[in-house]
Amino acid sequence: MKKTLMTGNEAIARGAYEYGVKVAAAYPGTPSTEILENAAKYDEIYAQWSPNEKVALEVGIGSSLAGARTLVTMKHVGVNVAADPLMTFAYTGVNGGLVLVSADDPGMHSSQNEQDNRRFAKFAKVPLLEPGDSQEAKDFVGLALEISEQFDIPVMLRTTTRISHSMSEVTLGERGNDGLQTCERNAQKYVMIPAYARVRHQLLEEKLVKLKEYSQETPLNGIEWGDREVGVISSGICYQYVKEALPEVSVLKLGMPYPFPESLVREFAAGVKKLYVVEELEPYLEEEIRALGLEVTGKEIFPLNGEINASMVMEKIGGKAMSQALKLTDYRPEEIPLRPPVMCPGCPHRGVFYVLKKLDLIVTGDIGCYTLGCLPPLEAMDTCVCMGASIGVALGMEKADPNLKGRVVAVIGDSTFFHSGLTGTLDIAYNLGSSTVIILDNRTTAMTGHQEHPGTGHTLKNEPSEPADLVDVVKALGIKRVVVADPLDLEEVEKVISVEVASPESSVIIFESPCALMVAEKGAAARVEQEECGYCADCVSLGCPAMVNDTRAEEVRVTGELCRGCGLCIQVCDFDAIQKAGESGE
Amino acid sequence: MNKNINLLLAGVGGQGTILASRIIAYAAQCSGLTVKLSEIHGMAQRGGSVVTHLRMGEDVYSPLIEPGTADIIIATEQLEAWRWLPYLKEGGTVIVNSQQIPPVPVILGLKEYPSGILERLIKNVPQTYSLNALESARAAGNEKAANVVLLGLLASRMDFDKECWEEALKAVLPAKILEPNLKAFQTGYHYNNE
Repeated sequence: MKKTLMTGNEAIARGAYEYGVKVAAAYPGTPSTEILENAAKYDEIYAQWSPNEKVALEVGIGSSLAGARTLVTMKHVGVNVAADPLMTFAYTGVNGGLVLVSADDPGMHSSQNEQDNRRFAKFAKVPLLEPGDSQEAKDFVGLALEISEQFDIPVMLRTTTRISHSMSEVTLGERGNDGLQTCERNAQKYVMIPAYARVRHQLLEEKLVKLKEYSQETPLNGIEWGDREVGVISSGICYQYVKEALPEVSVLKLGMPYPFPESLVREFAAGVKKLYVVEELEPYLEEEIRALGLEVTGKEIFPLNGEINASMVMEKIGGKAMSQALKLTDYRPEEIPLRPPVMCPGCPHRGVFYVLKKLDLIVTGDIGCYTLGCLPPLEAMDTCVCMGASIGVALGMEKADPNLKGRVVAVIGDSTFFHSGLTGTLDIAYNLGSSTVIILDNRTTAMTGHQEHPGTGHTLKNEPSEPADLVDVVKALGIKRVVVADPLDLEEVEKVISVEVASPESSVIIFESPCALMVAEKGAAARVEQEECGYCADCVSLGCPAMVNDTRAEEVRVTGELCRGCGLCIQVCDFDAIQKAGESGE
Repeated sequence: MNKNINLLLAGVGGQGTILASRIIAYAAQCSGLTVKLSEIHGMAQRGGSVVTHLRMGEDVYSPLIEPGTADIIIATEQLEAWRWLPYLKEGGTVIVNSQQIPPVPVILGLKEYPSGILERLIKNVPQTYSLNALESARAAGNEKAANVVLLGLLASRMDFDKECWEEALKAVLPAKILEPNLKAFQTGYHYNNE
């Protein structure tokens, strides 16, 4: 058997291939993105980026009802967007098996919250599987599809960042079960009017009773007896931390935490002296254990936020440190500057935020690379909540306080606009708002690694497609004032924003310029002529990583190999001291 | 679990830290070791501090290295070697690219780039190998291959088969940039620290 190294995400895609998935849909989001990117590489799988997670799940529902095994993937907050179809899909059930992957992000490496979607599985009443490494990630896709078809119910496969983005060995198999189920037309099952839904809800409750029996029997949940003094119940990545720190203790590993395997937990608890539960974020398992009347230690010693690790398990349960700290001399952590993420050199978003700060506007922000505009030195963003929120929030502000009219702008990226910006824009137009919406159109989904979207002209399978025209779309939503401008021309940026913000009508400005990482050609690098420089450091306030403020030498320099030649620093310099290399008098 | 090799790779988003760690992971797997690798994508990549954890051996459960347990730290930038140094274990090795990339607080003139990092590294860790990997990579024909120069140096200090390293480079790197990277690897492999 061939073993190969795969991330959890690659392994899930491989599982989709081996277990006969025919259709896969998603919207990109860290840490889930690579699942669909990898699924798309298999000719046997039709894979697509949907404009958002709700549509992705609806496409998945259609595919399942048509009889195909189906994979739908998203990050944890994406499930909020897809919650509407999910809650009712649990009632209708499936035809072809459907697996919904929720990739959670404890520690918020790249997310706006760290919600625990195990609660979502229970809330939606769908079975939950949690893999603990890449091999399980692949295998569990197959098991989830089986459970889905056997019990006529969608199944949630939940990963966390450390599962999705960790590599471990996977044994590969061949593709099997490639057939379609017969597409059955059954209104009583699939049309959820109250009369039919009442029946389906009852059936769902009956399925959950059977699923609980299943979870008590399945090898997905299993006891590893060791020292009986201490027993630990765990799942997912936390299981690995427990095995790493405390290889000698008894462990109950839950690969299928919902429905909760009651009798198995009782058996385990009865077999150990002291019972612990190790889980990141919510006390999900802990509450289930306590509901059985069992005594357990969990969140009194482990945090409700952030990630857990092996050291923490060793310290909290083992009662000692995992390792000895290296003795360091002349080491002062406080002198080490942080290295926060930053907009890339040449990023077309930078100039827009520079101007927004200069104009001192209230900026409602959104989700994407441009959210970095909230950080110093640009610091030109006041809110960021969720995908698309910039637009509704802007309208709400001006409706609440008339003094804010003409001072609020919403800033949103192109992919985010297609995801969730359309309805907010419609709201501004219809409800007589005057807000200005700025769409930063860099023709890609940049933050997650340059995925296609409806405006790029290509599908995930790399087929050419008609790009949605932002101007046409915005006008169709009822916005009359639509301006397209170049974000790398600061004078134009300032003029356009000033005019549109002052206008009593609602307006949309589309700043068009491709993501700097997608432009192969570098422009000539900028260079500071030190004799001309007045050391005002205006250029530094652009926050460009290629620009260095040497406070000792009292000079600003451009790091030539980083500079993309976007020319913004040249435009902001009052001394005409910055030039493109090759254009100076030397 | 003591037989495991823990290797921490630190760098700046965009320097190819993840790519480098994947190459090591493939080489380790080719050499018959069980491997776990943990990387972080997304927001953290945009010029931010990036670290990947690589654990190789027989019984590897957690994909994460705990502070004070790294056998080797490879850093593609000085300050990042210094930042992650508390992860090194007593008697560990540091391989560091002498390149300096100023982070935002330094660019803005709010903080100074700490001075004398390389000297202080050597003072703390006798097994420190520092080299100008950027220059070597340029000489090899691709300045993005600085990470692979460091891998060459690592390879000369580990007992994986050399064929495994070459296989790993071929498996992970796109064909069109393989040639300068193989050259960069050789430069690192034959690097003399004295």
